[in-house]
Amino acid sequence: MSEAITKTGGLRVTGRSRGSRQVNTLPLLLPAVALLLLWSVLPLLRTLFYSFEHYNLMSPPAVLNGGLNYRYLFTDVSTWVAIENSVILVVGVLFASIVFGTLIALLLNNDFPGRNVARLMAIAPFFVMSPVAALIWKNLLLDPVSGLFGWLMMLVGLRPIAWFSTDPMTAVIIIYSWRWIPFATLILLTALQSLDTDQLEAARMDGAHGFARLRYIVLPHLGRPIAIVIMLESIFLLSAFAVIYTTTNGGPGDATTTLTYLIFIKALNDFSIGSASAAGVFAIVLANILAFFLIRAVSKNLQR
Amino acid sequence: MAKLVLEKVEKRYEGFHAIKGVDLAIDDREFVVFVGPSGCGKTTLLRMIAGLEEITGGDFSIDGVRANDIPPDKRGLAMVFQTYALYPHMTVAENMGFALKMAKVPKAEIVAKVSQAAAMLQLDKVLDRRPKALSGGQRQRVAIGRAIVRNPKGFLFDEPLSNLDAALRVQMRTELVKLNKELQTTMIYVTHDQIEAMTMADRIVVLNGGIVEQVGSPLELYNNPANLFVAGFIGSPKMNLLDGEIVARDDHGAQVALADAGVVTIAADGIEAGPGTRVTVGMRPEHTMLAESGPIGGVADFVEHLGNETLVYVKRPNGGMMIVKADELAGIRMGDPVTMAPRTDRASLFGPDGRALIRRTFHLH
Ligand SMILES: Nc1ncnc2c1ncn2[C@@H]1O[C@H](COP(=O)(O)OP(=O)(O)OP(=O)(O)O)[C@@H](O)[C@H]1O
Ligand SMILES: [Mg+2]
Repeated sequence: MSEAITKTGGLRVTGRSRGSRQVNTLPLLLPAVALLLLWSVLPLLRTLFYSFEHYNLMSPPAVLNGGLNYRYLFTDVSTWVAIENSVILVVGVLFASIVFGTLIALLLNNDFPGRNVARLMAIAPFFVMSPVAALIWKNLLLDPVSGLFGWLMMLVGLRPIAWFSTDPMTAVIIIYSWRWIPFATLILLTALQSLDTDQLEAARMDGAHGFARLRYIVLPHLGRPIAIVIMLESIFLLSAFAVIYTTTNGGPGDATTTLTYLIFIKALNDFSIGSASAAGVFAIVLANILAFFLIRAVSKNLQR
Repeated sequence: MAKLVLEKVEKRYEGFHAIKGVDLAIDDREFVVFVGPSGCGKTTLLRMIAGLEEITGGDFSIDGVRANDIPPDKRGLAMVFQTYALYPHMTVAENMGFALKMAKVPKAEIVAKVSQAAAMLQLDKVLDRRPKALSGGQRQRVAIGRAIVRNPKGFLFDEPLSNLDAALRVQMRTELVKLNKELQTTMIYVTHDQIEAMTMADRIVVLNGGIVEQVGSPLELYNNPANLFVAGFIGSPKMNLLDGEIVARDDHGAQVALADAGVVTIAADGIEAGPGTRVTVGMRPEHTMLAESGPIGGVADFVEHLGNETLVYVKRPNGGMMIVKADELAGIRMGDPVTMAPRTDRASLFGPDGRALIRRTFHLH
């Protein structure tokens, strides 16, 4: 799914900025484009084909069944629940990444003893593999009996929360945020460091302090990197899978079943390749619609 | 309106003494230029005046009020940065009005002030553009406009023209001087370009290694350099400096025996040294003449015809070089032997410590 997004996006952006060049770049592009076609378009076509078949691994052979897979897909309530879950996950994590990423980046951009160590620590979660992070969070932090947070809540006299049964989506969002806030922090911190000191001093002469400085000088400067964070993180989060698989298996019920996870269930729990493919094609279309608007917004931001 | 007074102002960085006690009084409406070689502390001193750099010693006052600890936006001084430091995400109008917006000035008033300044700087057509869509000269003017709009007591410029091409630089030079007269405000201008200093300044402050070498009007610095450093720094091409020893002295001047050359006469009413003093004679290229049987000999090494004048680079027997500004019709060619003499009433004389021994009063006629 993510490949499809990057592909459309990539072509769109380069196509716009190339216009003025005279050199014929086609022969130079051809090998890469051919490889890309082979690598991404062929599987896509194959998926498209499967999506029109009744193809269940438990009851071969596969037979064409017209648009039946799609009819079932669109009439199935769980599809819309999955889409809603995907949106909640992406928006939730994006919100946390940008708010906390900006705050942490602003904090780490100050001068204080041990700054380099603090920076390293702040970035480190990004390098922990998703399943490992998920397991640590599930068993050592969020678990109501053996988890750190449960223990802390007991210390202050509260009942520990069984996150994965009472509020599983929030738990998944917390874990993904923990992984992706560092990414946002990294990008925003480098952006902060490239903020022209003369500009900051001019702002000082102009009487912009504290919040005004943040509002009128620093945040506008972060507009671009925030746009980039939004784009990259949406791409990755739409195809998020590992944490859900390791912690909730999409449950309880369908509480954490995202579109990606739904496709997985269809294909590898129900062995229904045909309906999984139909859901996959639908996901690709959705992702490309999203990518279209996203890329447009971001490139507008980049052209400023 | 601002009278700025610096008393024994110092700046110590950790492990580096950048400004070593500067005394300076800048009058209201004056156009003062700080000039000096790279690293001498011009920017540091200007930033201390602006309030962007802490003053670590001495006193600084604006209109008689001690200003050491007043924050930069409350000093009533506006600064124009070398890089312009425009806010890239704001339009020209927003850039210019930003300080007023921060000061919570009513919107209508901001608009009025911005358009007034824009008209003055011919920016009215680009008010809605972002800095990126401006030429270098326009950006420069926006930076100045941003300062004007604040209606400051004084302007501080840090090499504001160094990013412009030569023609624009000359034009902006005169425009800045005009602005100084129009706005009737104090201006401090930092440059390492002595032509800018000479053409713009009411008074020039020559800095070197964190100390003030001399303060004076351009002509004062040119005619009466206080020491060898100023003599060498002001004037282009550089002043010729020759070592020698005073051999005779009377009320009208002195005779100096030059090393590797004859005796030259220097006319001056008072010379603060007697016979036997080791001195350095300074003569500017335009005050060095090609004279038959002059006391200073050499060979024309290189001749530059600039049209309005001719520069002759003379190689002395001792290996030193001298420059003579000659008549273009002098007919000197490379390799010709030449003899030179100073204009006795314009040559300078410096003592062993590098300080000037003569001070002349000049009357313009
Ligand atoms: N933060 C600092 N810490 C230590 N030394 C500094 C610092 N800032 C400047 N200096 C030193 O102070 C001296 C004066 O610097 P300054 O920037 O004022 O020079 P300048 O006269 O403006 O030179 P230029 O013509 O190159 O701009 C330099 O030798 C510089 O190395
Ligand atoms: Mg400087």
